[in-house]
Amino acid sequence: MSDPIPHRIHARRVPRPGRWVGAVVVAVLAAMAIHGLVTNETFRWDTVWLYLRDVVVVRAIGWTLILTVGSMALAVVMAVLLAVMRRSDNPVLRGVSWFYIWFFRGTPVYVQLVFWGLLSVLYPRLSVGVPFGPELFAFTTKDVITAFWAALFGLASNEAAYLAEIVRAGLTSVDPGQAEAAKALGMKDATILRRVVLPQAMRVIVPPTGNETISMLKTTSLVTAVPFTLDLFYATNAIGNRLYQPVPLLVIASIWYLVITSILMVGQSYLERYYGRGFGTETRRQRRPGGPKRPSRQQAIAAAGTTTEDPFLDVTP
Amino acid sequence: MSTPAPADLMVEIRDVHKEFGHGHSAVHVLKGVDLDVPRGTVTVILGPSGSGKSTLLRCVNELEDITAGSVVVDGERMGYRQDQSGALHRLHPKEIARQRRRIGMVFQRFHLFPHMTALQNVMEAPTQVKGMPKAEAREQAAQLLRRVGLADRANHYPAQLSGGQQQRVAIARALAMDPELMLFDEPTSALDPELVGEVLAVMKDLAKSGMTMIVVTHEIGFAREVADKVVFMDDGVVVEEGPASQVIDAPREQRTRDFLAHVL
Repeated sequence: MSDPIPHRIHARRVPRPGRWVGAVVVAVLAAMAIHGLVTNETFRWDTVWLYLRDVVVVRAIGWTLILTVGSMALAVVMAVLLAVMRRSDNPVLRGVSWFYIWFFRGTPVYVQLVFWGLLSVLYPRLSVGVPFGPELFAFTTKDVITAFWAALFGLASNEAAYLAEIVRAGLTSVDPGQAEAAKALGMKDATILRRVVLPQAMRVIVPPTGNETISMLKTTSLVTAVPFTLDLFYATNAIGNRLYQPVPLLVIASIWYLVITSILMVGQSYLERYYGRGFGTETRRQRRPGGPKRPSRQQAIAAAGTTTEDPFLDVTP
Repeated sequence: MSTPAPADLMVEIRDVHKEFGHGHSAVHVLKGVDLDVPRGTVTVILGPSGSGKSTLLRCVNELEDITAGSVVVDGERMGYRQDQSGALHRLHPKEIARQRRRIGMVFQRFHLFPHMTALQNVMEAPTQVKGMPKAEAREQAAQLLRRVGLADRANHYPAQLSGGQQQRVAIARALAMDPELMLFDEPTSALDPELVGEVLAVMKDLAKSGMTMIVVTHEIGFAREVADKVVFMDDGVVVEEGPASQVIDAPREQRTRDFLAHVL
């Protein structure tokens, strides 16, 4: 087959010796780091291997996952509520939402968790009733808010403040013409939010929420502040102290956090691809033969351009 | 305001003022507009941009809240209730939503719901607002899409349709609520020139079927052919109104003549 373009340019490359030097230096440094990890006796890799799949450790992974999923689920519900309050016409609701976000983003989550742990000391008895008026029913705090629930509420109430800003950015990203068209059709505000605005806002809300979930996994290691004693970090630490070998157990905790984070990252990248793609040629190439001919809802939203992402959307640092 | 309105009026706009903003930064957009739209007629509003014609249209279905005056649609005052003593009460948002159901609106930029197919767009309001059973709504939606010539595009998302097709779906979506009045806000201004005709054809068809329509547009040809009444607005007031043959072909006012000289 003859080349359709005659006289192609065949030129010598620009010499880049610096690249080779840089690569060698970095490779040597990496090798030194690995060498240091493997040969250092203090890491006690035999202990790491022995306790990696210990029953207590595996159970602790379960508790960590429960805390992560549970607190994220509760936080999402609270965040939607806070975001809707923040956009309300009612100045009291707007103010309360603003204050909540200000307070929970402005204080360290560790301190908040300590306070949740102290709840039963601060308020030994919780009661439901009219403020300054009669009491309807009451219960002993420490019977209801156990360490687990204190940890879960503590993590969720902190996370809700961050997620609320993400949800708000998502709601704001939807073209106001969408709500207007729905209004002109005679829809009520709640219907407009549920049927028209939220489904489109999800495109902007979901990817950073995945990020927050990964972040939450690691934040659960702070529940020792409550103190909740069954999560991965506390459990491995306890074993390490008992064996007088804290380092190998820290390595175990790190390995498991990395494994779970890696799994979540795979999920996160799928989410981002699902919510980010449009009708471009790229998707047509990727489409499996015999697959659905119709593009997905999310592709349709992306292609319509009715949502604009907020460049100032901030995610937990 | 002393004589009772004739029964065949679909829309009565009386001395409507609209001010955006407050205090020193307030902008007075509508400066006392009066307009009658008899049932079953087509009214076309012409005017330069910034003349307040789109704002007037949006005041008819309460997308904008008027500052003074009154808008009555089919004998019911929009947005307010007057008690025996004559005091005005703002209506509950639910009541305003109910009032809007009788009024269809078509926007310059279509505003179809991008996460729903053409068929789902048309089904949305009947099922969510009226509580119509899905099967019935689907049948009605398919029929409406056929009416605007898009039966074969029912399962397409808006992003897969041309501008003209999207606007026809938007018309079908508005018709799904079985409105007594249709408002068109520059329905062809965002379209490529070769797509304008298909949308105007659907609108002409609708006018022929006896729908009461108020159309804000720059399409002089459409106004001449379809309009029962042409209204020329400038600077927040109605400058001139009458049949197309008079307002377009023999305008009395200098401002109308100047505008038409630019457009024609």
